[in-house]
Amino acid sequence: MIWNDEFETLPREVIESLQVKRLRQTLERVNATVPFYREQFRKAGVTPEQIKSLDDLRRLPFTLKQDMRDNYPYGLFAVPLEQIVRIHASSGTTGKPTVVGYTRRDIDTWSELMARSFVAAGAHKGDVIHNAYGYGLFTGGLGAHYGAERLGASVIPMSGGNTMKQLMIMQDFGSTVLTCTPSYSLYLAEVAAEEGIDFKALKLKVGIFGAEPWSEQMRKEIEEKLNLKAIDIYGLSEILGPGVAIECIEAQKGLHIWEDHFIPEIIDPDSGEVLPWGEQGELVITTITKEGIPMIRYRTRDITRIIPEPCICGRTHVRLERMSGRSDDMLIIRGVNVFPSQIESVLITIEGVEPHYQLIVDREENLDTLEVQVEVNEQSFSDEIKVLQGLSNRIRKEIKDMLGVTCKVRLVEPKTIARSEGKAKRVIDKRKEQ
Amino acid sequence: MKVEQISIFIENKSGRLAEVTRVLGEAGVNIRALSLADTSDFGILRLIVNKTDEAKAVLKSKGFTVNKTDVVAVEVPDRPLGLNSILEILDQGKVNVEYMYAFVERCGENAVIIFRFDNTDEAIQVLTQGGITILKGERIYNM
Ligand SMILES: [Zn+2]
Repeated sequence: MIWNDEFETLPREVIESLQVKRLRQTLERVNATVPFYREQFRKAGVTPEQIKSLDDLRRLPFTLKQDMRDNYPYGLFAVPLEQIVRIHASSGTTGKPTVVGYTRRDIDTWSELMARSFVAAGAHKGDVIHNAYGYGLFTGGLGAHYGAERLGASVIPMSGGNTMKQLMIMQDFGSTVLTCTPSYSLYLAEVAAEEGIDFKALKLKVGIFGAEPWSEQMRKEIEEKLNLKAIDIYGLSEILGPGVAIECIEAQKGLHIWEDHFIPEIIDPDSGEVLPWGEQGELVITTITKEGIPMIRYRTRDITRIIPEPCICGRTHVRLERMSGRSDDMLIIRGVNVFPSQIESVLITIEGVEPHYQLIVDREENLDTLEVQVEVNEQSFSDEIKVLQGLSNRIRKEIKDMLGVTCKVRLVEPKTIARSEGKAKRVIDKRKEQ
Repeated sequence: MKVEQISIFIENKSGRLAEVTRVLGEAGVNIRALSLADTSDFGILRLIVNKTDEAKAVLKSKGFTVNKTDVVAVEVPDRPLGLNSILEILDQGKVNVEYMYAFVERCGENAVIIFRFDNTDEAIQVLTQGGITILKGERIYNM
């Protein structure tokens, strides 16, 4: 099923000419209304009129998260505040949050793209959508909510937390679609198991999971434990919120990015050079319909590649490969690049080990150290020391084989690693404190 | 012929062992025998208690990882080489001992040793054929 048959299946050349037209309109608008962009273009020696094709896009400078902080709170808004009907902000781990504003038309576009995303994930009008993304400054809750209403489904605005109540409502209200972070879905499964609630007895058929990177192995585990199809959704508040890209249920392979609203590029994160389609690098997105806060060549820090091959679902918009991590999350341990999601992939392949882990990075005598803390559960526990030591040796060896990095594995008691009701805290980097 | 033992995963941090004994004490569970095996990071506490299933359930509800395994309680004659004679029988029978620990209470004149074998049934057979007395579970739980 396709929500917007006309736009989701546009021929390639039509998509591209639409993109050029909308890009030029956006550039003219930000040049006229946002002093930051005018200054950026001036410094780069380029005017909006010179951008005539998609290839010309690379002549424009990048926009960074830092630019949003420098223009806190409203400096990058392209319309007067009277036209902004909603404000969201992303929690800044360091310093000020980044603030985004939406016009009425932006909310309309967002609802349309989330409705497209729900349908791509296999949801339809008759569904009961259990929305456990947080409502508030975070874009997840309201973003999914408006899309679900646009679709015409029945949306339950659960927000995050209160896991027992979530499970009760899921059972009693007959939720058919679950939206939350992937780590929270596993936490729900864990609490359900403790309470003797069987997901096979629930009506859930699809889960739409995003807001943090997750792996293919984690998908298998979620699908098994929650007895549903797990769909990966991508979005970030700087660009829109959830619904920038999503997997289709037909292929479950790569996330269609809505190209009539966004132009994706892949760059080498070090040199900033644009890479050809198919190569892995950092995702850069330009918004071409957004009014409140248009983004020109925004560096997402997410590592992926563009899959240009046609998809079996019939949508013509290109796909992004599942994010392999954020370049921000990337740890450099004794010169080796390590993404927490790679450690997770290794753990999930080991029988009896749950993907509840935490990485402690430290520096001892000028050498980086990595400790992987893994929770022991009933399946992996044994009354014999040698069995548990065998388990930690095996984890250490697999991580060494797969990632080329030596680590220490520490087995910890269950639930010692904080369960997030939002995003999981996977890394404690003590080197930063030194 | 088998005795049920529970084992508990414990991180090496202060207070965890006391937490286990407190939880069990409050649930009215009596500890009959106890052994702690530890490494630099973690320990495994093995217990024989009067109410195995209740102990397991209450510990689990407090967030501990708990397993139940079968062990064998053997009566050891209280004389020189008493234990040695048992170990020799096991050795000749090619039975592998994973670990063992002493029981607190005595059984009449004799000591009691708890054995964990990799193959419990075979071990019981070898010991019985060797004329060794194996104590029943009910006897051990209520000692
Ligand atoms: Zn598709």
